[in-house]
Amino acid sequence: MTTTNQVVKDVARQEYKYGFVTDVEQESAPPGLNEDTIRFISAKKNEPDWMLEWRMKAYRHFLSLLDGERLPGWANIYHPPVDFQDIIYYSAPKAKPELASLDEVDPEILKTYEKLGIPLQEQKRLAGVAVDAVFDSVSITTTFKEELSKHGIIFCSMSEAVQEHPELVRKYIGSVVPYTDNFYAALNAAVFSDGSFCYIPTGVRCPMELTTYFRINSEGSGQFERTLIIADEGSYVSYLEGCSAPMRDENQLHAAVVELITLDNAEIKYSTIQNWYPGDEQGKGGIYNFVTKRGKCEGRNSKISWTQVETGSAITWKYPSVILQGDNSIGEFYSVALTKAYQQADTGTKMIHMGKNTRSTIIAKGISAGHAQNTYRGLVRVMPKADNAWNFTQCDSLLLGDQCGAHTTPYVEVRNNSAHLEHEAFTSKVSEDQLFYCNQRGISIEEAHSLIINGFCKEVFKQLPLEFAVEATRLLDMNLEGTVG
Amino acid sequence: MLQITDLHAAIGDVEILKGVDLSVSAGEVHAIMGPNGSGKSTLANVLAGNPSFAVTSGDVLFEGESLLGALPEDRARAGIFLCFQHPIEVPGVRLDHFMRAGFNAIRKSKGMDEFDVLKFDRLLNERVDVVEMDRNLTKRAVNEGFSGGEKKRNEVLQMAVFEPKLSILDEPDSGLDVDALRIVAAGINQLRRPDNAVILVTHYQRILNYVVPDRVHVLIDGRIVRSGGKELALEVESRGYDHLGRSAEAITASG
Repeated sequence: MTTTNQVVKDVARQEYKYGFVTDVEQESAPPGLNEDTIRFISAKKNEPDWMLEWRMKAYRHFLSLLDGERLPGWANIYHPPVDFQDIIYYSAPKAKPELASLDEVDPEILKTYEKLGIPLQEQKRLAGVAVDAVFDSVSITTTFKEELSKHGIIFCSMSEAVQEHPELVRKYIGSVVPYTDNFYAALNAAVFSDGSFCYIPTGVRCPMELTTYFRINSEGSGQFERTLIIADEGSYVSYLEGCSAPMRDENQLHAAVVELITLDNAEIKYSTIQNWYPGDEQGKGGIYNFVTKRGKCEGRNSKISWTQVETGSAITWKYPSVILQGDNSIGEFYSVALTKAYQQADTGTKMIHMGKNTRSTIIAKGISAGHAQNTYRGLVRVMPKADNAWNFTQCDSLLLGDQCGAHTTPYVEVRNNSAHLEHEAFTSKVSEDQLFYCNQRGISIEEAHSLIINGFCKEVFKQLPLEFAVEATRLLDMNLEGTVG
Repeated sequence: MLQITDLHAAIGDVEILKGVDLSVSAGEVHAIMGPNGSGKSTLANVLAGNPSFAVTSGDVLFEGESLLGALPEDRARAGIFLCFQHPIEVPGVRLDHFMRAGFNAIRKSKGMDEFDVLKFDRLLNERVDVVEMDRNLTKRAVNEGFSGGEKKRNEVLQMAVFEPKLSILDEPDSGLDVDALRIVAAGINQLRRPDNAVILVTHYQRILNYVVPDRVHVLIDGRIVRSGGKELALEVESRGYDHLGRSAEAITASG
């Protein structure tokens, strides 16, 4: 079967299309991590004292974990130790401190986003999508702000939110992911530089998709952004996150934190298309994507839904989770993780059932090609007071070739006998019979793989907002159709 | 249209076809009959280019050119269609999308315009009638959860959509009740034209009451032991393959 082998090889070798570097004058903190680094970042942002104090507490906690060598070691991933003194923790394009309009943004940066398919200029903006563009450590611009503010919606960079809405930030930051949560959450809390902030007021249905696009550009820098979304009672928002980075031989660290909060009857739909640079076909370079994402359904009848399409990063370590605190609340996790070449992914979710009649659904699809290792790791925990909790979990793996691995590690902890849990899992290869059937209908080997894999991911793709479902399909095809494009 | 000469084929080390000769002209229906394990399905799959089988010697000419070495998708694009005995499930892929992908791949290979969704839908709406199929079935994933009869009808529907020059039907009657058999057979008959040909592989004579063949061939142990008109099928029905097998051995021994 030389033809099939060729496709599998091509899949493993598919090149990264967003690997360019933008030539722009940067202002950076010196590499290394100490209290001065944190003071530097905080001062750059003109932060109030409480924010700096919180950062310092997080930093001291981080140091205690680092000194105690309490780095997370349980994931099925392997990499040399990260030298935290060798990272630049703040890097921003040099610009005027206050940008009155987009005209003042470096045209090189605007061009960058255009190349990435995210035009920021007024006349070219994506209809019905508001974008917050984060470039290295800072937010460049947020589109459609005025339109959104008519509905009372706040959508801005985290730095701006700390200045303009300190009461909301102070109340909610760290309330879902405290800095004591884990090693990288502590690091993020100490050094986070920007990110997106979003507040949807009571009873408002956000009229457009909100998007944050993260771009790492500088060499030697890490990206540590923090996103906080609050959906007040009876509100709804659909939010999408995209990301990419230049191709470099070094590994760059991305350690983000995302916190979501829904109050009574509110809903947040959070979708991610993650396309960080995955490294070359020998596994050199690429982003370490060590991210903590968690939502809290604080109110009754509230809902948080995570959808992720993960195709990038050398290593992905991420478990978008939901704490189902309010009675009748709903948590969902839909995931496609594609790994090829020497990529490693250890990803999944945690559903923590605390309230009564809480429901959760987990659908995870892992695709491995080349020498990649792909692990689903999930936890469903039902607490003693969570009467009538319900969970359905399905985690499926598809293997392309015989050098890759798929692993499934579902944990279940039930402390209430009224819980109802279902679990399904299968691992399959694209069968020769399926390929021959497609070929017999005139469909080439490449197109057959694309069809079969898109079919495999369908349940997840249909959760994405329409435009992004098209984008996800295209991204997957681009990663798969080795000989096309 | 099709010229098979001394064809030998194997799975691994096991030789299944041991010298098959067959000639099919445009406008003809050829029935290949034989007991289980005689090589009928192997012959159908080898003609379509299934990579699980290896041709060890002989040749197959389609419209004057050798098929051996051609990829299965290239054979499909040249106009060869295999109606699968056991149609394959492709989870998550809608049947109408699947058919359109193949249909357009074939058109593209001939330098013809591809059909957009609307145009293809119109074509499909016409063709579902050939096999009296519910149009909603084409919006479900390919063969997933289809009954045995639905899978067979789906194969004939695809044949109606692709309009191949040579259709190879691998036991389209197996597992069908009388009503479903009549529908499938009627579909096949509707698609008969002076410029296309059919090879119908079957175990039983029953379907040949509906699809009347021009020639009948009996395949036993990898060889065609008898060829004749449609009356040969009736002889098989009344006297069994054993009889034909023994007489074939006698011919081989004496010859």
